[in-house]
Amino acid sequence: MKVLVTVKRVIDYNVKVRVKADNTGVDLANTKMSINPFCEIAVEEAVRLKEKGVATEVVVVSIGAKACQEQIRTALALGADRGIQIDTELNLDSLQVAKLLAKVVEEEQPGLVIMGKQAIDSDNNQTGQMLGALTNMPQGTFASELVIENGKAKVTREIDGGLQTVELSMPAIVTTDLRLNEPRYAKLPNIMKAKRKPLVVKAAADFGINLTSSVEVLKVAEPAKRDGGEMVDSVEALVAKLKDEAKVI
Amino acid sequence: MTILLIAEHDNSAVKADTLKAVNAATAIGGDIHVLVAGANCSAAADEAAKISGVAKVLVADNEAYEHQLAENMGLLVSDLGKDYSHIVSPATTTGKNFMPRVAALLDVAQISDIIAVHSEDSFDRPIYAGNAIATVKSSDAIKVLTVRVAAFSEAGTDGSAEVVAVDAVHDAGISSFVSAELTKSERPELGAARVIISGGRGMQNGENFKLLEGIADKLGAAIGASRAAVDAGFVPNDMQVGQTGKIVAPELYIAVGISGAIQHLAGMKDSKVIVAINKDPEAPIFQIADYGLVADLFDVLPELEAAL
Repeated sequence: MKVLVTVKRVIDYNVKVRVKADNTGVDLANTKMSINPFCEIAVEEAVRLKEKGVATEVVVVSIGAKACQEQIRTALALGADRGIQIDTELNLDSLQVAKLLAKVVEEEQPGLVIMGKQAIDSDNNQTGQMLGALTNMPQGTFASELVIENGKAKVTREIDGGLQTVELSMPAIVTTDLRLNEPRYAKLPNIMKAKRKPLVVKAAADFGINLTSSVEVLKVAEPAKRDGGEMVDSVEALVAKLKDEAKVI
Repeated sequence: MTILLIAEHDNSAVKADTLKAVNAATAIGGDIHVLVAGANCSAAADEAAKISGVAKVLVADNEAYEHQLAENMGLLVSDLGKDYSHIVSPATTTGKNFMPRVAALLDVAQISDIIAVHSEDSFDRPIYAGNAIATVKSSDAIKVLTVRVAAFSEAGTDGSAEVVAVDAVHDAGISSFVSAELTKSERPELGAARVIISGGRGMQNGENFKLLEGIADKLGAAIGASRAAVDAGFVPNDMQVGQTGKIVAPELYIAVGISGAIQHLAGMKDSKVIVAINKDPEAPIFQIADYGLVADLFDVLPELEAAL
């Protein structure tokens, strides 16, 4: 079974985000960029499936400018077999990304697609579900456990009240939550080896898809600042403040 | 302009998330129709009919919708929704699961997690874990929106909408429900609680979360946790407050043994009053807390329970 994994290049999760002074977006100049943490979990899961003999090939795809090849190489160093970069300078919406990925699915015919449940920059949590609808594949979103058996995918999902398990026909889409696995660190020899793994570049414009977004960003602003309050020195003082000043208990 | 709002419910009752989403829909304007899709869900539909501002309740009562599987919901809602100007759902794990399928089937974008309504086509939504707020404008004929419920208050319940059955049955036949392990608790849900007390890595183990229970009972509070506490296996995932867990905005949030990582703050920084209890005076949580107490939580918690 071939597994397709998607990765997105995003601001590193440890970096403090700064809104640009002209309110057009977030300042990403000279900022450390990394593989989206949920995508990294997706890569790890795919590689583990290959190590268990369930998957035969792991193909990693990323959509973005040339710089995202860095994240594809990271995925290759973690154990993916080959990469596809869909090249575009545009800042695409989830729907356009899902449409491009649907074309990749059509061409590659994977048995399973594993994606991050959301990217930590746009926080949309949409692309996996949209890809599912466009390809008529079932989905197991927010997965904390994945078992492939008897030609079905059994996915345990993190939901508001606890956990839910669903069974999906295959091919299927799984989107990862934090507890699915703990990604490994790439070892130096594997990083070197990843440089020689195949990576194909395709132009997004060649897919015959309208890449214009229907959603316009009018403004990006700082959230309302929250100032630190006061320190209290005892439980007694805290309870008094909550009762008399904040009046919340 | 008519809005189709998809109710969050458990077949027997509608959740508070639905009432909050109705308030967001009211801010958009136009008639509001609520869809209750489930199995044996007439009790939930009757409740939905009482929500103030709702003009009509559509009930799709069929076993295909019992667990609101995304594949079936996507087909149903995109079918019903094509004559509406807006399709709205609370951004719960259920809404997040099926709404993007609806948008893709209708070939429109989705705007996730709106926190403010400027007009019928312009909304605010947080990005980068809430460290920036984007104002966006949609040119789609049908706007598909999920609502961050913590940003809206609950609609009233003095309505009396007509209830209409929907006969359409959409069963994609590609997914099935196996089981659910739901946390049973007498305490309020995180999303609906007026007070939340959360524990972090500083709690050291799951057993110590019992120290929070007595306080929670006295305050009528829900108990939450940081990602660190969930990742360490102290408590189950549904207790996680943060960027990728529950986003909450209670009247009072008490953070115990939580340092205040960016992704945790993203889930609770809109709480009205924040209390931080941590033995590390440098913990970033103190920078946003209204009241901070630098102390060992194992000393403080029993004392706090006794003082309430």
